[in-house]
Amino acid sequence: MFDDGSPIYRQIADRIRADVISGTLAGDEQVMSTTQYATHFRINPATAAKAFQQLVDEGVLYKRRGIGMFVAPDARDRLREQHRSRFFEDVVDPMVAQAAAVGIPLADVVEHLQQRTETPDPGATEQAER
Amino acid sequence: MTHTIEVRDLTVRYGDTVAVDGLDLRLAGGKIHGLLGRNGSGKTSLLSAIAAFRRATSGEVLIDGRPVFETPDVVADICFIRGAGDTVVNDWPDDKVKHALSFAATVRPHWDGALADELLERFELPRATRIGELSRGQRSALGITLGLASRAPVTVFDESYLGMDAPSRYAFYDLLLADVAEHPRTIVISTHHIEEVARIFEEVVIIDHGRLVLQGDADELRGKGATVTGEAGAVEAFVTGRDVLETRRLGPTGAATVFGDLSEQDRRQAKQAGLEIGPVPLQDLFVHLTESTHRVVRNGSPS
Repeated sequence: MFDDGSPIYRQIADRIRADVISGTLAGDEQVMSTTQYATHFRINPATAAKAFQQLVDEGVLYKRRGIGMFVAPDARDRLREQHRSRFFEDVVDPMVAQAAAVGIPLADVVEHLQQRTETPDPGATEQAER
Repeated sequence: MTHTIEVRDLTVRYGDTVAVDGLDLRLAGGKIHGLLGRNGSGKTSLLSAIAAFRRATSGEVLIDGRPVFETPDVVADICFIRGAGDTVVNDWPDDKVKHALSFAATVRPHWDGALADELLERFELPRATRIGELSRGQRSALGITLGLASRAPVTVFDESYLGMDAPSRYAFYDLLLADVAEHPRTIVISTHHIEEVARIFEEVVIIDHGRLVLQGDADELRGKGATVTGEAGAVEAFVTGRDVLETRRLGPTGAATVFGDLSEQDRRQAKQAGLEIGPVPLQDLFVHLTESTHRVVRNGSPS
């Protein structure tokens, strides 16, 4: 469930962000409490609290005193925007580097991408939405 | 009253053997602390001194600024459960489980009988069985029941899960987390089951040869170790100046385990040099940190 490579609080925060981006967690929806998270995943409550605090600092979650934590209404848009701004660096650049490493000319990569756009696959509906 | 434990220049010596060697340590109140160390590293001696079961050769242990040794009202707030409920068995081999519970109810000011009942049921412990006839796992479960239901502001479990099967151990972790969430208190657990239990710790203390090796945020420790693998020269260049715990070589390939945070830039640099960076499980990190050659005091607190 959690891997060894990074602190659990980061993995929890990543998972919640991913749920917000995918829409699994909607705006103004309540997330599990620190205690529920801790007992459910069998982790120290301070670890869960740290993840939540980070997400509050980032504006992904907000607190309602005495009630709990909720997803910020604009969280999804903001996270998507962040991911868009990093997309080329995080996804495209490594792909280009890998293509170069195995000797695929960039022109072939571009051609492949163009073919994909001419025959859009069903997974690309997100594009149409915007 | 947060029940913070302060160990000051503590030495515990048995004849010529130094079990705890001038140790300074602060265990913040209201947290679950994990105490890790190899066999003979001084864990039990340290915990015994914390619980006032053993007099320090020199130095002292304070709880919220008050010495534990021979201070009865401080001692009343500490519950020390030794491996497999040894104390219970030695003291009352002919008594039954229910007698141990009723005794605890009279000496433990914060005793919760309902919680004890719940724990007995969860661990399937028969009340009418003589303590001397319990299996090792059952004795451990009884120890854990006495420890949790004591709700003592300072509760110390020293290898208390010995002989318990995995489902019972998981039940212990679940019950502990749930109960501490409702009734915050200071918990210290010594263990060998590092991978399994590390997630429930807030802080980890590693000792070796009676000295402190490392104390820090348990979760932060997970990202602290890395293995670097690749062409031997490139590995060596990358790890130079870092805290190297181990190096291995297989023909032209080198592998090194380093301790410390790797920045994004470090990772990029490693990638450019054709090196592979991998995680180090906590258990492995523990092994490296307590291997004889590396006995440097490290402060692993979050920076």
